[in-house]
Amino acid sequence: MSTITAPVRPIEEMEEIAVRFAGDSGDGVQLAGTQFTTSSAIFGNDISTFPDFPAEIRAPAGSLAGVSGFQINFSSHDIHTPGDAVSALVALNPAALKTNFRDVREGGIIIVNEDSFDKGRLKQAGYETNPLEDGSLSKYQLYKVPISKLTREAVKEMDIGSKQADKSRNFFALGLVYWLYGRDMEPTTKWIKEKFASKDPSVAEANIRVLKAGYFFGETCEFFPVRYHVGKAKLTPGRYRKIGGNEATALGLVAAAHQAGRDLFYASYPITPASDVLHALSRRKNFGVKTFQAEDEIAAMASAVGAAYTGVIAVTGTSGPGLALKAEAIGLAVMTELPVVIVNVQRGGPSTGLPTKTEQADLMQAMYGRNGECPLCVLAACSPGDCFYMAVEAVRLATRFMTPVILLTDGYIGNGEEPWAIPDPKSLPKIEISNAQPREGHDFMPYERNHELARPWAIPGTPTLQHRVGGLEKQDITGNVSYDPDNHERMIRLRAKKIAGIASAIPELEVMGPSSGDLLVLGWGGTYGAIKSAVQRAQKRGQSVAHAHLKYLNPMPKNTADVLRKYKKVLIPELNMGQLRFIIRSEFLIDAIGYNKIKGKPFLISELELKINEVLQGGAQ
Amino acid sequence: MSTLPVLKAADFASDQDIRWCPGCGDYSILAQVKKILPETGLRLENMVFVSGIGCSSRFPYYMNTYGIHSIHGRATAVATGVKTARPDLAVWIVTGDGDGLSIGGNHMMHLIRRNLDVVVLLFNNRIYGLTKGQYSPTSELGKKTKSTPYGSVDNPIHPISFALGAESTFVARTMDTNVKHLCDVLKRAHEHKGTSFVEIYQNCNVFNDGAFEYASDKDTKADTTLMLEHGKPLIFGKNREKGIRMNGVTPEVVQLGGDIKEDDLIFHDERAPDSGLAFALSRMHHPHFPEPMGIFRAVEAPIFEKEVQRQVDTGLAKGRGTLEKLFNEGDTWTVN
Repeated sequence: MSTITAPVRPIEEMEEIAVRFAGDSGDGVQLAGTQFTTSSAIFGNDISTFPDFPAEIRAPAGSLAGVSGFQINFSSHDIHTPGDAVSALVALNPAALKTNFRDVREGGIIIVNEDSFDKGRLKQAGYETNPLEDGSLSKYQLYKVPISKLTREAVKEMDIGSKQADKSRNFFALGLVYWLYGRDMEPTTKWIKEKFASKDPSVAEANIRVLKAGYFFGETCEFFPVRYHVGKAKLTPGRYRKIGGNEATALGLVAAAHQAGRDLFYASYPITPASDVLHALSRRKNFGVKTFQAEDEIAAMASAVGAAYTGVIAVTGTSGPGLALKAEAIGLAVMTELPVVIVNVQRGGPSTGLPTKTEQADLMQAMYGRNGECPLCVLAACSPGDCFYMAVEAVRLATRFMTPVILLTDGYIGNGEEPWAIPDPKSLPKIEISNAQPREGHDFMPYERNHELARPWAIPGTPTLQHRVGGLEKQDITGNVSYDPDNHERMIRLRAKKIAGIASAIPELEVMGPSSGDLLVLGWGGTYGAIKSAVQRAQKRGQSVAHAHLKYLNPMPKNTADVLRKYKKVLIPELNMGQLRFIIRSEFLIDAIGYNKIKGKPFLISELELKINEVLQGGAQ
Repeated sequence: MSTLPVLKAADFASDQDIRWCPGCGDYSILAQVKKILPETGLRLENMVFVSGIGCSSRFPYYMNTYGIHSIHGRATAVATGVKTARPDLAVWIVTGDGDGLSIGGNHMMHLIRRNLDVVVLLFNNRIYGLTKGQYSPTSELGKKTKSTPYGSVDNPIHPISFALGAESTFVARTMDTNVKHLCDVLKRAHEHKGTSFVEIYQNCNVFNDGAFEYASDKDTKADTTLMLEHGKPLIFGKNREKGIRMNGVTPEVVQLGGDIKEDDLIFHDERAPDSGLAFALSRMHHPHFPEPMGIFRAVEAPIFEKEVQRQVDTGLAKGRGTLEKLFNEGDTWTVN
């Protein structure tokens, strides 16, 4: 290799940069994004990611429907969202450019693979003229890079075909962006070696060459006038890793079972975007985890009920349509009062809806979507890392109160990643379970409750405690089938009271900001990051705004009503038509204002800020 | 170690009043199950009876074992959870033609193909009893019921053929009134390692009385049923004068004597690796054929929950994971 003296480029210091990779769903943009995330996390930035992909695995190449995107926001300060506006877009084809360029901030960078802007693909993307030449991108810094050609060049000495070479294109783009933002290539080269070296060393070699070629292209070509630097974020000292919500949920379940001293049984039917929880847990045989890929959603839930009866930590996971199918068997778990955790990674609905897009529209389904008076505990995680803690909470509450617990996450936090302060296992709550034991001279009563109204958990194999459970109404205390009218009402009220009593076992609702004032923004679930950022900005402007976020939705923390009543107005932003607002209004008669977005996308901080301003100025109803 | 008390049939009875209609075939099945269980050596506390919805599914309430009376069609799925989580427990599933083959047909298929080591008792009375008399998936074509006043146009399914199609490793048919045969089949079902699928002809004397009279009536049963015996030729009739021979790939009824000898008949082989013969037998229906009773098929195959356990044990053999290691997997970094 000849030595070239690289021109020295000025480095501009930035606080926060959002980069988006976009291309065909087979182009490896998710992989490029994940690698960029890892490098940035290891470097010490705060990060937040948003993978956004189509439901089709490989829609026709070059089509608008097939565009897959991955956005990462990295910063030198605390961030909570993947970023409102994109600083740099890497578009690997015309369709990717067309569907993404509007999100780039004015003056932002657009890097395109020039080689893919041929007549056919322009037409496929619906371009009548070439956007690289017609001036339509004049508001941006446009960089036309012949990525396909340069990728093939980089591996031409190797004995691999052009088809194989083309597969490495994403690494060229990644290398180029690494140079632009001063990222270290080492974590990625290490990853490539681990991933490909044993399968096919030539693929590993090709990918590394292409990655470096991209990097050196940035360095040697006088294309980019400046490089950018984002310093390390001031995170709380400790050991970190990056984590996505689904992975965190899986880790939380393993940890909870460990803390309970029980084996974990996880039954699930493949469904987007929840399947990754099943994948993650199926690898954990060394923790005694049994995974069961059931024949359908119903069987997954029913088998979890069966497993719970035997004394293990029983969990099922799904997304909205699957929760609908599980409803009857969840009712059985309510009636038999068995501890089962149901994880619902929400997606856009109704029906099949938007499988790969995020939404918060299953709150009502989780709360009320069963026949009869059928209360259970509902929790919601608020960020990728929080999925871990809420999964532990779900198991803790399910086993303590002998009840099914629905844990709501969503596609946004399930697939999104952030730095995660690795917890000290010793800091996790111990989950105490005491199964019923035989008592001399005492007939076992399966529905004799403790002071918290939980019934005893007697597990098969225990002599003299044989008992039958089922979906028919139970006689109080004995658990025998009963059709007695008074008993039915008593049992309905007992089940409701037990769930309401969980409020004594959960933390109070915390407020970020003033404890009273003009406005409280109340959220739940995955909107946490955007709401927190918007409220922080409002507070910096001197507005009297606070943020509270519900992680316990049924029951709600005991102080919820008190908190809400301390503010003149309550604003509830949700990615649905106002489901929490409906509950808050009916429970507390508080005339909360809604802000609702149903586009399959998370909130932008800026749109929440606008809404906060509007409400404070008295404009919103 | 103290020796465990020997259990009697009465020990398996719960204290609940039995609420089936007087004269229901279910009583006999319950009695025979309680009769054979002491012989199996199973302990009350190590058994779980799982059922769905329907008359037959009240069964667990009458047993002094652990039990789950689950929801319609899902007994097999609930039982899969019980057995997979706890392979040490003996799991018996009680279901009916509606519960097991209509609303629960899908789960039944998957339970059978996975070959969990459980017993399935499918009470077939060819009617919906608990909902008071609608046709079921095993009701014959043309059957007039409350929901089919002009006769059913719904082609029935044959449970034995269904089970064989789902790769069953043990398939048998017996009958509520043939007490000895029922006991023998139940014992074999218990002994089999894998899913034991037992179809039990069961009379619903309220909504479908006499559905299997042809097979229970003293005067006709010798001609309308055929007792399967492993390694023996298929012979039936009052005077054992008739047999079943293969004509090409289909069975046919032949008269013994003359040119046709016993050796020309089909010899039953319940252990045949291929289920073809068992399937051909499962297609023999009244009135064109005598209906085979007994064990159609009994073969060994890997058992689901044991394979699941084996993978877990292999994982654990390398040392149980620690949370410390789990949390620190992959790339980590320290912030000072």
